[in-house]
Amino acid sequence: MLQETSTVDARVMGPEGLAALVDALAGAGYRVVGPTVRDGAIVLDEIASADELPHGWTAEQDAATYRLARRDDEQVFGWAVGPHSWKKELFPSRVRLLRVSGPQNGNALAVEEEAPPERPLAIFGARSCDLHAIAIQDRVFTGGPYVERDYAQRRAGAFVVVVNCGVPGGTCFCTSMGTGPRSEGGYDLALTEVLEGGHRYVVEVGSDRGRELLEALPVQPAHEEDLAASLRVTDEAARRMGRRLDTVGLPELLAGNREHPRFADVAERCLTCGNCVLACPTCFCSSVEEVNDLVDGSAERWRTWDTCFSIDHSYIHGGSVRRSARSRYRQWLTHKFGTWFDQFGTSGCVGCGRCITWCPVGIDVTEELTAIRATDGEVERANA
Amino acid sequence: MAVSASAEAQTRGVMTPVPYRVRSRASETADTWTLELEPLGDAVLPRAGQFDMLYAHGVGEVPISTSGDHGGDGHLTHTIRAVGPVTRALCGLDEGAVVGVRGPFGNEWPLAGAVGGDLLVIAGGIGLAPLRPAIRHALSRRADYGAVAVLLGARTPGDLLFVQEVEEWRSRLDAEVDVTVDAAAVGWHGRVGLVTTLIPGAVVDPASATAFVCGPEIMMVFVVRALLERGLPVERIWLSMERNMRCGVGHCGHCQLGPKLICRDGPVFRADEMMELMEVREL
Amino acid sequence: MQTLDELIASSSVFAGMPAEYLSLIAGCARNVGFEEGALVFREGDAADTFYLVRRGRVAFELHTPDRGGLVIETADPGDVVGWSWLFPPYRWHFDARATEEVRAIAFDGACLRGKCDDDPALGYELMRRFAQVMIDRLQHTRFRLLDVYGGVGVS
Repeated sequence: MLQETSTVDARVMGPEGLAALVDALAGAGYRVVGPTVRDGAIVLDEIASADELPHGWTAEQDAATYRLARRDDEQVFGWAVGPHSWKKELFPSRVRLLRVSGPQNGNALAVEEEAPPERPLAIFGARSCDLHAIAIQDRVFTGGPYVERDYAQRRAGAFVVVVNCGVPGGTCFCTSMGTGPRSEGGYDLALTEVLEGGHRYVVEVGSDRGRELLEALPVQPAHEEDLAASLRVTDEAARRMGRRLDTVGLPELLAGNREHPRFADVAERCLTCGNCVLACPTCFCSSVEEVNDLVDGSAERWRTWDTCFSIDHSYIHGGSVRRSARSRYRQWLTHKFGTWFDQFGTSGCVGCGRCITWCPVGIDVTEELTAIRATDGEVERANA
Repeated sequence: MAVSASAEAQTRGVMTPVPYRVRSRASETADTWTLELEPLGDAVLPRAGQFDMLYAHGVGEVPISTSGDHGGDGHLTHTIRAVGPVTRALCGLDEGAVVGVRGPFGNEWPLAGAVGGDLLVIAGGIGLAPLRPAIRHALSRRADYGAVAVLLGARTPGDLLFVQEVEEWRSRLDAEVDVTVDAAAVGWHGRVGLVTTLIPGAVVDPASATAFVCGPEIMMVFVVRALLERGLPVERIWLSMERNMRCGVGHCGHCQLGPKLICRDGPVFRADEMMELMEVREL
Repeated sequence: MQTLDELIASSSVFAGMPAEYLSLIAGCARNVGFEEGALVFREGDAADTFYLVRRGRVAFELHTPDRGGLVIETADPGDVVGWSWLFPPYRWHFDARATEEVRAIAFDGACLRGKCDDDPALGYELMRRFAQVMIDRLQHTRFRLLDVYGGVGVS
């Protein structure tokens, strides 16, 4: 929670400040990626100006439901996260890792590592849940004994502008996961869009370079009333979460219920399509493909997104360990909410609700986990 | 040619292989070959139990345990069974061919912890390959250990690995070697039966023995149960586990077995960490 | 040097049998030996004897036209060889051959069958113990059916 004192490093800017901020980032050499409306959804893409932001748009979200709609005000950020998450930028779905050619200049196996992207990334408009998801992937890719080179290169120097949520979605449960709606750190600048008392943005400074950039923009000092209004925005959002989840003892609950009949129940609905994995901001499974050039005999190694829902994810010795849909759903759910703690020290879920919204059959993780908790210890009964 | 890490090694990405040349290729059985590789640049130095990611240019990568000692010149020994496109490509390489290597990854057989007691090594099929460096280590520091017993199981006599070397171990007076196969042609004078049948008669003291086990997973489950029945404490039984691996460095998510990442937390695990997980179907 | 009685009493298959049954069984037993390569019994022959291996190894062989002779199991010291003496048609289902010099105790199965007819309690004791031997062998055989070392698995 923000301290309501004048020691908070914050400014206020009018709606025109948003355009100035985007221009300043582009001018400083960043590749600015932010939310924009496209293909019937609010997605993330490179933006050239603040005009491309979703002014006056919102999205109605529920299980298996996403519907873009017009707002009756001009809020720019009056919606909850869409299908894209920031892993699209930091951990792209297809990335070339290496180029490998045969003997060249005396080198028996010439290996060329891929160069980092030319321009650093400016993350414009991440939500608090998404920032937590980035921190989770930071741990996976850079927090262990081995560093994922491509991720680290994209992450290093990325400028982060977070937007604190005012309009939660029908599937949001960040408050249950302790990841929002207000961001508490890990950003350069944090914007809260305030309508009450005039459309403006309260901008909190999170870093020196954030302050430096901000001071070149048309900003005013933030008064107590501005700060209080910004707090009311997120407090209100916290009261209107679409879902809730009791997270107490969740890892132990899942470890103790590996044969729970609910998994067989979900399996009857789950298509193992992997949409949840695609939409999830923390899912990180990948594969490596060898791509051959038939002309010069060189090869490239590409890293691609993968999913534990695919049947060959667990392929070994002529067969897959997890053949049934039941076992694959169990893997995903128990990893996300349980064994992620064993492997990386935190939960894998940030409560963004994307998996619920984008599941074509509307499977709701909060509902499934609640059901397992309610019948803790239940196992399949043999026919009497 | 550097055996220690060069400046280049410090900045090299974890997915970038270093070149090695095939020094020799020896046939072990109808579908298994042992490759000896020598470094062309930086050396990869796996210890007993660890594995390397071997890269066949134009085909792909596979994780293979080290089956020998790297010696002073950083050479690698890998025993590979040809079961898929990458392993078939590796097994088909001629002397002088170049492969890529990343590693070493994973953890080691806890030989230091077994010092002072008996050592019981149980290998099924190709499971002998990751165990060979550990057996060689124990036999070369023989006085560090009590009784040393090696129990081997294979499908048929033609599938036994390292036949000559196993005979050398058997001919030592200070090591026990017992072999059994699942089936054999008439004329085979050895045992035919499950490898677990060798456990009751192994000349080791359960009170002080450490067991290293490697083989098909279900075989390891049966072996652990037989070892527990024999009186070995579960904390002194070690298994080498295997799962699908795409990276070897804990980033791709494929090698998970419940809470464990085989590449990072293993492949060598203490039996008590593993048994509960191995008994869950489709985990 | 153990007596026949002591050897029988200490064997795992007869362990814990009441003393009077043990001496009854010992009464049907004698020491036998086979040279390396000798046939212990042949498939199809009358099965009136069973053996307790004391030294050496006995291989159970089955012959197929296309693959020749296969060793499907071996018996080592302490193992029992033969249960076909207990069940009709009292015929051996495979060959048994000594792969090295074998010392064994041979038991007169026909004689024991008669004694079991007279004393069902003895019959029950023997059935129970031989059933355990068969169950263990069956489990081991089923496990070997999985062919865990080779092929692409049973699917």
